[in-house]
Order: sequence, then C-alpha cells, then structure tokens
Amino acid sequence: MDPINWHSFFFLLFGALTAVFAVAVVVTSNIVRMAFYLILSLGATAGLFFLAGADFVGAMQLMIYVGGTLVLLIFGVMLTAQGPFISMKTGGGEWVLATILGGALLGLLVKTAFSVEDWQGPAAVAHVEGEAEHPVVLPSQSPTSAPIGLGLLGVRTDKLDPTKAALAPGMAGYLLPFEIVSVHLLVVLVGAAYLARTKKRREA
Amino acid sequence: MAEFFIQTCGFPGWLGYLVAGLIQCVILIHVPLVGAMFFVWVERKVSARIQDRLGPTRCGGKFGWLQLLADGIKLLNKEDLRPGAADGMLFRVAPYVSFCASFAAMIALPFSDGWVVQRMDAGVFFIMAVLGIEVFGVILAGYASASKWSLFGAMREAAQVVSYEVPMGMCVVVPVLIAGSMDLVTIANKQAGLFTNWYLFHDPFTFIIFWVYFTCGTASVNRAPFDLAEAESELVAGFHTEYSGFRWLIFYMAEYGSMFIVAGLASILFFGGWNGPIPIADWLGLHYAPGATDFSIWGFAGNLLGCLNFMFKSIVGVTVMIWVRWTLPRLRIDQVMTTCLKYCTPLAAICFLLATLWTLSGIPFINDIAPRPFEATVAVPQAEAPAPPAVASLSQPGQER
Repeated sequence: MDPINWHSFFFLLFGALTAVFAVAVVVTSNIVRMAFYLILSLGATAGLFFLAGADFVGAMQLMIYVGGTLVLLIFGVMLTAQGPFISMKTGGGEWVLATILGGALLGLLVKTAFSVEDWQGPAAVAHVEGEAEHPVVLPSQSPTSAPIGLGLLGVRTDKLDPTKAALAPGMAGYLLPFEIVSVHLLVVLVGAAYLARTKKRREA
Repeated sequence: MAEFFIQTCGFPGWLGYLVAGLIQCVILIHVPLVGAMFFVWVERKVSARIQDRLGPTRCGGKFGWLQLLADGIKLLNKEDLRPGAADGMLFRVAPYVSFCASFAAMIALPFSDGWVVQRMDAGVFFIMAVLGIEVFGVILAGYASASKWSLFGAMREAAQVVSYEVPMGMCVVVPVLIAGSMDLVTIANKQAGLFTNWYLFHDPFTFIIFWVYFTCGTASVNRAPFDLAEAESELVAGFHTEYSGFRWLIFYMAEYGSMFIVAGLASILFFGGWNGPIPIADWLGLHYAPGATDFSIWGFAGNLLGCLNFMFKSIVGVTVMIWVRWTLPRLRIDQVMTTCLKYCTPLAAICFLLATLWTLSGIPFINDIAPRPFEATVAVPQAEAPAPPAVASLSQPGQER
C-alpha cells in the first residue's frame, strides 16, 4: 500500500493547524495578533471542509467567519483602541478558571466523539459485484455537502429509521440546536443594536 | 493527472499525487507571477500612451519588455526595511496573506473547458470568499506598520471592500441563476456557440449588471478610481507606505493577480469564458465528444484555443481597468461610499429582481430569437460509475420555442 495517504496527511495537517492556532489565540496578549490567529484557525477549519468535499460549507466558513472576524477586528478593535498596540494581560486566576472550563469541555467532546460507533471501526465499504477491487462509497458517505445540509434541516440521511419515533424524518437532525443558535444570534444582534444606538440628546 | 502518473508511468500512488499536485501548483503560480510582470509592463505602456509619452523603450529591445525584469531585480536588491515601532510578525506576514488569498482563488478558476485545478460545485462562491480575504493582508499591513498613513489607508480599504462585496455578490448571482449552477465550467459551457449566447446579451438587465459588476470588481481589487487605500496625493502610499523591496512587490503581485481573477470571472460569467464570439473550434471539430474521457489531440487543440480565448478576454478586462485608472480621477471616500450604497447596490438589486422575473416569465432571450447556426453542446460532468449514454448533447432546442 501507499506509504503516504495524502488525504490523511492533509486532514492531520489542517487539524493540527486549527488546534495550534486556536491555542495561539488563547495565549497571545495582542488583540490584532489574536484576530490573525483566529482567522488562520478558521481558515484551517475551512480547509477541513474542503477536504471532506463540502465545498459550499468551506466557502461559507471562509466568507462568514473569516469575513466576520475581519469586521470584528476593524470595528471592535481599531475604532475603540486607545493606544497603538493594545496588550491584554491575563491574570493567574483567570488562567486556572479557563483551564478548568476548557478542560471540562474538551473531556466532554472527546468522550462524545469516541462514543459514536460508526467512527470506531473501519469505514463501511460496499462492493459492487464483479468489481471487488474498487470499493464504492456508500450514499450515506458520499462526499458532498448535501448530508450536512440535510442534517441541519432535520434529516439525518445516515440515520433514517421511520419505525422509531426519535429517528423518523424530521426528528433525527440538528434542527433544534440550529434554531436555538440562530435565536441566540438574533438576541445578540438586538443587544448590539441597542448598545450601539445613538442617543439623541444633543438637540435638547 | 494523478491517474496518468500512477497508471501509465507506473509511479507509486503517493508519488503520483505529489507530482501531479506539484505540476499544477507550478503552472498555476506562473499566472500571478508572469501575469504581474506582463500587466505592469502593459500598464506602463498604456499609461504612457494615454499621457502622450512612450513609456519604457530601451530595456530589452524594442518595446521595453524586459523593463519589469530589471525592476524585479532592483526590488530584490533593495533593503527590506521595517519600522522600529512596527509589529514585526504581522508586518512580515501581511504581504503573504494578500498573495496567498489571490493565488488560492485561482485554484477554482477554469482556464478552458475542464482546465481547472480543482473543479468545484460552488466555484463562484469559493472565488468570492477567498478574494475577500485579500483585504485582510492590507489591513494587517496598515495596522502593523504603526504609521498613521498606513492605518488610514487600511481603514479606508476595509470600509470600501466590506461595502462593495454586497453589490458584487448580487451581480455574480445573476449568471449563476440563469445557468442554474455555481460551477464555473458549467456556466461557461452553457454560453457555448455564437456570441449571442453570452450572458451579457441574455437580457437587458444582465447587460447592465455586467457594468455594475465591473465597477464593483474594480473597487474590490482596490484599483483607481477606487484606490483610496493608496491615494498617493494624501496618504503618501497608503497601506504600503512602510514597505520596500520584495515585500512591496508581493503586494503588487497580489493586486495584479486579483485583477486577473476579477476580469477572468467577468469573462466566464458574462462573456462565455473560452467560448468565443464565433465557435471556430467547434466548426473545425476541435472539441472533445460529450462524455469522452480519453485524450485526443483535437480535443486538446480545441481546449488550448479556448484557453487562449479566455486569456485574451481576461487581458482585455485588465487592460480596461488600466485604461480606467489612467483616465478617471480618484474619488473621495464619501463619493466611493455613495457610488456603492446609492448607485451600485440599488442598481444591482433592481437588475437582479428584473432578470429573475425575465427568466421566470419565460420571455424569450435574444439568442432564442436570433438564428442559430450552431447548436450548443453541453458536456455534463460524468460520474465515476459506468457512463450513461451520451444524453448530454442538446439537440435542436431552438426550433420549437
């Protein structure tokens, strides 16, 4: 077999870049550098999406998150900055608290990730008769963004089972968390608009 | 290409992919590099002619075509200065951010039918998203220089690009909507045939929208009359005031690279890409049969002709940008914003709606009414599975309608 599997290589590369720059965001004390590392981390995440064949999601990631961080950088940092290079020092107590919180979240995520049964064994591969050497990717693993999008809309194409109420179409997806996140964003937007509203007092 | 190395040349799998990837990278990186050299030379000659001068004449023979090589060597020899107060890491990294964004966008840009490094289902969107990152390098440069001129330039650029992305996105959506695909190869192939098939002449609104797109494209790559981020007369040199030598050159390569991408995108979305005004290659039979995967010399020749055609259209687009730069005076920042928010955005929105309505209500397009000596053949991307019989070639859609 091949000594180098480029797909795994790039997956590990992008994964490592994402993680390393995410740590760099936490460690840096300069806000603009922080934003720079954040963009690199988000860009590497987009690379993971491209690697998975989800071009649209990857481009979306670039446009929304990287573009959003850009606007955040401009309007959040540059227009409110007092000095030329802002540096934020983090106290020892904050480090301890953040480590505990982050470590707890990491533990939870790792446990959840390794509890998904499909990810533990070798990838499910179907064989077409007569073409035993050419493994065919199952439709549920087809490398398009459609399953992800359908999942967000409430249909997990890999987990459809009409006999069980919890896995029936419309029940198995991530629609509820998706909606909660969007409502949360809406609340944030309303709050930001309220805070940024000009207070008309000059005429009085 | 990787299959060729693995199956024909007998390379091991990993090496085949590596070599194929490297070859594509090397070919592609010549587009921004040689492109920048060529366009700077064109810019100098065109600007000189517009100002009734001769431009470079001596260096490298008759037309001064080696001038840029000389400039490049000069810039390589310059000292790489860095202001003492600057944020060193960001200052060094900023030009590469700009250049990488501009280079990465070319991955999805097809140069001829199927001649694209990575054919993507959402190619248009990918290019728009990646081109948007280029401004980040400019902002980083402006911020990290610790100079007021640079910071002002960066802030202007940020405001400008963030505003102009809105109408530009709206303009790009219209050809995508008509073609029914975000894949650039598909969009261009739908315009095959005579020039009446170009989306520019699709309906009156696409004609208007092209000009809006070109204006917004010029603004988003930060060219005059929208080059407020540089604005020599007020900001010294704007965001690259503190840059010298090769880092400065990298900013310029990024700028010319993205000019080429914007012009190439225009040529694919509105001018049929490699499908010329007259389908000469198709009349001569220089094209791949629909669904054909084997190499054929005639198909290759047709693709090469298409590539030249596409290059020509893109170079014309860049030359128009150069022409505009040396003809129009620079706008003020408030005029730039007014152009975007009061003219481009509403115009793009109205044309977007009307073009949608035009398509929805089935009003015949110009190319449906006009006589069609040549019927377009659209090559549908073939799946890996056993190829279906070639239904891809559209036969006589014109007569009944």
